[in-house]
Amino acid sequence: MIELKHINKSFGTKTVLEDVSWEMQSGKVNLIIGTSGSGKTVLMKCLVGLISPDAGSIAYEGADFLNMDPKGRKELRTQIGMLFQGSALFDSMTVEQNVMFPLDMFTKQTLNEKKQRVNEVLDRVNLKDTNKKFPAELSGGMKKRVALARAIVLNPNYLFCDEPNSGLDPMTSLVIDKLIIEITQEYNMTTVINTHDMNTVMESGDRIIFLFKGRKEWEGSKEDIIFSKNKSLNDFIFASEFLREAKNKRMQDAEASRKA
Amino acid sequence: MIKVLDHFGKYLLMLGGMFTKPENARVYWKEFIHQCYEIGIGSMGIVVIISLFLGAVTTVQTAYQLISPLVQKYVIAQIIRDSTFLELSPTVVCIVLAGVVGSKIASELGNMRVSEQIDALEIMGINTKIYLILPKIIASLLVIPCLIVISMFLSIWGGYLAGTLTGILSEQQFTQGLIKDFNSFNLTFGLIKSFTFAFLISSISAYFGYYVKGGALEIGRASTTSVVVSCVLILCADYGLAALLL
Repeated sequence: MIELKHINKSFGTKTVLEDVSWEMQSGKVNLIIGTSGSGKTVLMKCLVGLISPDAGSIAYEGADFLNMDPKGRKELRTQIGMLFQGSALFDSMTVEQNVMFPLDMFTKQTLNEKKQRVNEVLDRVNLKDTNKKFPAELSGGMKKRVALARAIVLNPNYLFCDEPNSGLDPMTSLVIDKLIIEITQEYNMTTVINTHDMNTVMESGDRIIFLFKGRKEWEGSKEDIIFSKNKSLNDFIFASEFLREAKNKRMQDAEASRKA
Repeated sequence: MIKVLDHFGKYLLMLGGMFTKPENARVYWKEFIHQCYEIGIGSMGIVVIISLFLGAVTTVQTAYQLISPLVQKYVIAQIIRDSTFLELSPTVVCIVLAGVVGSKIASELGNMRVSEQIDALEIMGINTKIYLILPKIIASLLVIPCLIVISMFLSIWGGYLAGTLTGILSEQQFTQGLIKDFNSFNLTFGLIKSFTFAFLISSISAYFGYYVKGGALEIGRASTTSVVVSCVLILCADYGLAALLL
């Protein structure tokens, strides 16, 4: 479990996060959603320690992350896997070398053991025969899957995904979403996804917070979203006519079955 | 002035951040060897070409100026030898390497920063200053002086070829000039300069690349700025070392 309490962050005079508190649960997909500029990426960077918040606390299984000593923080970081928006694959390394890199750095496994583990995770993300390719030779969806394989190769307890569907077509997005859900459940990870993709919200959101102008405006699950009366949330989620009609129909059906 | 001090402070903090234990010595060694190859072998071609022509041109121009019959021809070789050891090889070649190696380091690190590869390494728990920057600095300190030594020999050989093939002076005169009044401190001084310049080239370009913020334009700017700053500081260090040690 990851617990945020009263997180505040400003850059100069601009307040980016204001009093954000939240509890992220293990074995669940926890989503951070919001409009562009609402503070989603800054919140995620605070969670993984790339940015220090101005106030508040972040606790991993009760351990205070912000005040941890460097050794403890380093140890915790080996339990964190992150999938970046742009994949962040190392350009000069092949797919195999990219995925093997954490194993090279943090394990004493033999080369054969490492190769076996690499093949296991690449198989898990449905990538075959790509070991010797370089990132420049891969499609967007393949890059994301390699990045996901690299993020889970050390069996982390926590998986962070920064807009994992960014730049992908709807079908490939669904593939990535499905993979993340399966891996979360399989490895009982605490997964945190930063997204504004509605398919991801509706498919994978076990626990969701909605950020609006740096504040936590709403919290709930994907089922609660349909019936929420929060105006900012509804304006964000149901921005398109199509989704608004779908929501209205769903609410009518729910009302009809309640009356029945 | 404040901006310069800010940069200098951040530069010192970057250097200070490198003094921690590496996570995995074997991986770091591999990266160091890779950097030695990139910096050394990657720059060999340009160093060879520049050095040969430096020596050749110096010979021709020195001969052009030494018109007095009172001055022996072997003096040309002495001038080539001493100017190569003291200035041409260490300074001119390092200024060229500031462009070749420095821009490569700055743009590589800048691109890694912009594409979040450095963030990915940080999140894995890797000290990116040690993993990305220290191998480049140590490789430069090892490889660039070697390149300068190669440059010195090639420059003198270039001078020999230009001098003897064009009839400016004979082989015996050239050899006599090389040996006569040879001061080994000149060679030592050239090496001291090359170590100093190697550190400046690698650390300054790493600093500008590592702290890039923005996109492709800023990477280009960081690369250019690192070359300009490296060149200026090389020239300042050149004067400083000459004033102190000669």
